Amino acid sequence: MFEDFLYLLRKNGLKVSLTEWMALMEGLEKNLHGASFTGFYHLCRCLLVKSEADFDRFDRCFLEYFKDVPFQQEVSQELMDWLNRPDVLNDYANYDEAAALRALGLSEEEIERMLKERMEEQNEEHNGGSYWVGTHGMSTFGNSGLAPKGIRVGGQSMYKRAFRVAGERKFRDFRRDNTLDTRQFQVALRKLRQFSGLVDLPPTEFDVDNTIKDTADNAGMLKVRYKRPRENTVKVLLLMDSGGSMDYYSQLCSALFQAVSKSGHFKDLRVYYFHNCVYGRLYKDPMLLSRDSVTTDWVLSNIATDWKIIFVGDAQMAPYELMGGYYGSGRSDGPQCGMDYLKLFRGRYPGCIWLNPSQRPQWGQYWSQTYDDIARLIPMFPLTVDGLEEGMKKLLAR
Amino acid sequence: MKEFHGSQNYVADQELLQAVNIAMVLQKPLLIKGEPGTGKTMLAEAIAQALGKKLIIWNIKSTTKAQDGLYVYDVVQRLYDSQFGGKNVDNVEQYVKLGKLGEAFTDEEQVILLIDEIDKADLEFPNDLLWELDRMEFHIPETGRTVKANHRPVVIITSNAEKELPDAFLRRCVFHYIAFPDKELMAQIVRVHFPDLDDKLLTQVLEAFYKIRQLPQIKKKPSTSEIIDWIQALVHGGVDPKRVVKEVPYLGVLLKKNEDMDALRRTWR
Repeated sequence: MFEDFLYLLRKNGLKVSLTEWMALMEGLEKNLHGASFTGFYHLCRCLLVKSEADFDRFDRCFLEYFKDVPFQQEVSQELMDWLNRPDVLNDYANYDEAAALRALGLSEEEIERMLKERMEEQNEEHNGGSYWVGTHGMSTFGNSGLAPKGIRVGGQSMYKRAFRVAGERKFRDFRRDNTLDTRQFQVALRKLRQFSGLVDLPPTEFDVDNTIKDTADNAGMLKVRYKRPRENTVKVLLLMDSGGSMDYYSQLCSALFQAVSKSGHFKDLRVYYFHNCVYGRLYKDPMLLSRDSVTTDWVLSNIATDWKIIFVGDAQMAPYELMGGYYGSGRSDGPQCGMDYLKLFRGRYPGCIWLNPSQRPQWGQYWSQTYDDIARLIPMFPLTVDGLEEGMKKLLAR
Repeated sequence: MKEFHGSQNYVADQELLQAVNIAMVLQKPLLIKGEPGTGKTMLAEAIAQALGKKLIIWNIKSTTKAQDGLYVYDVVQRLYDSQFGGKNVDNVEQYVKLGKLGEAFTDEEQVILLIDEIDKADLEFPNDLLWELDRMEFHIPETGRTVKANHRPVVIITSNAEKELPDAFLRRCVFHYIAFPDKELMAQIVRVHFPDLDDKLLTQVLEAFYKIRQLPQIKKKPSTSEIIDWIQALVHGGVDPKRVVKEVPYLGVLLKKNEDMDALRRTWR
């Protein structure tokens, strides 16, 4: 009937299986959608989507596939309120559309991509201006604006130029590529475990189940059994960038820190701080006080190679802060720059990842250079739930 | 087949009602997720009440194993009996006690089975129940008996998303996410609990409540159960409706964290 929809969903990363598809067919046969389009939407979502994190993705696929079917658009009140501003509907009579179009030179794909980016960044109302989603102004998004091409978000179709009304995505906040709270970090961190009953420990734990079983099998004559304790053998060294450009991400980093320190299921955990890049000293305190510090050499020689190393930092600094000799050890045989210290870590520890709360800088080479240099050396993951999970997998891979 | 339309004490939106009915018709377990305090557990009670069926609740804890829900074979009791005599130890049947799932299967009538907070248990827990929930039967090797459901129970499962559930398990469920109620629905919910509440107070309370929830600085957002408690406190204290938004009396009922209270005091003024 509309099998293409199944493939569209699967193509967009929704793991819909045949079981669920058949259930949907059965549901339709039994008229569970109540012959209404909204009912059909809910039936599909109930059966095909199994996590609120995927609602948003589902909504987009649904829109794409069924867009020709007329139905009522749901747009959040908040966004509508920002955009519903009759007072800004001024007269733009003297506006030269053709010239503006040439000047912008954007294709539809580019505009869509920009809207996506903008939606991720914007968290307040904007009117006027040429960047944010809002009323007025030259922005390609929002309504009542002057931009010759664009995506209309809510409002009245004043100039009929919007080639697509972006449906308000109610469940945007639940997307898993968003950065999320402590609990979800904790769940991701739980993946970092290597349970092993093979730890070199004598069987000391009293095995209740087997004792009872064997005693019972033994017709009531007591037979005591012991087993080896099972425990997580993972040890974690967390190295966090502190201060400067990292201040923007302090809440996120503190969520990660809380999750790591509270999870309590690691065999051992140490946390040190650095600024920009690891140099000669590591600090025990985010204030980077030198009296609470240890030398990096000490850490390298005292932390065994089976520890998992997690760097957290935006990896964005001036190139000389990574490569410059000023930050070296001062010894001719020692590390000459920040990068050398990172190489020491990479060389010594097989399990080593970098979590980055920031996205790769888009403009100019200046800030992205160190980002790329570090990412080439140490596997880098975004500090999101998905990124953290990927990182944990990387740490556990042998 | 009876349909569920909400009950006297439970206000549900259209989507939720549809999800419940889909699950019942397709005979699949209904998996309910949602913010704490959105009435996930209450839902099962409401369904049971509305359909006039018995409710069996299986509360999951971190130590719960799938086996516990099926049956427990009380070896220790048998051991005692064998040593001290008295009972006929050869009859294994008397040492097998059915768990909640077993109870739901063997009941004479169709029951509602609530598996509450399934994510509390071990990661593998849901996988261990796949067969039993699919086929609605299980085997007891100790006695050689197969317990088969007389009437397929309506299974409701709640989760707080502490752990991810395995795909194989999810594939068999109907999923519904209870979104936080909007003002209108919340007014209805409050009305159910306080039928004689003063209209003025209700509007003021809702305004203050949603204003607080919208503050990004608040980490633990107050939920439905908190607004109910708050109204109770306001009514009991005889607070003038005009003071509600301005002063937010009995703030401690709504916000449970020190940081949140401070954040509110800072931004409210």
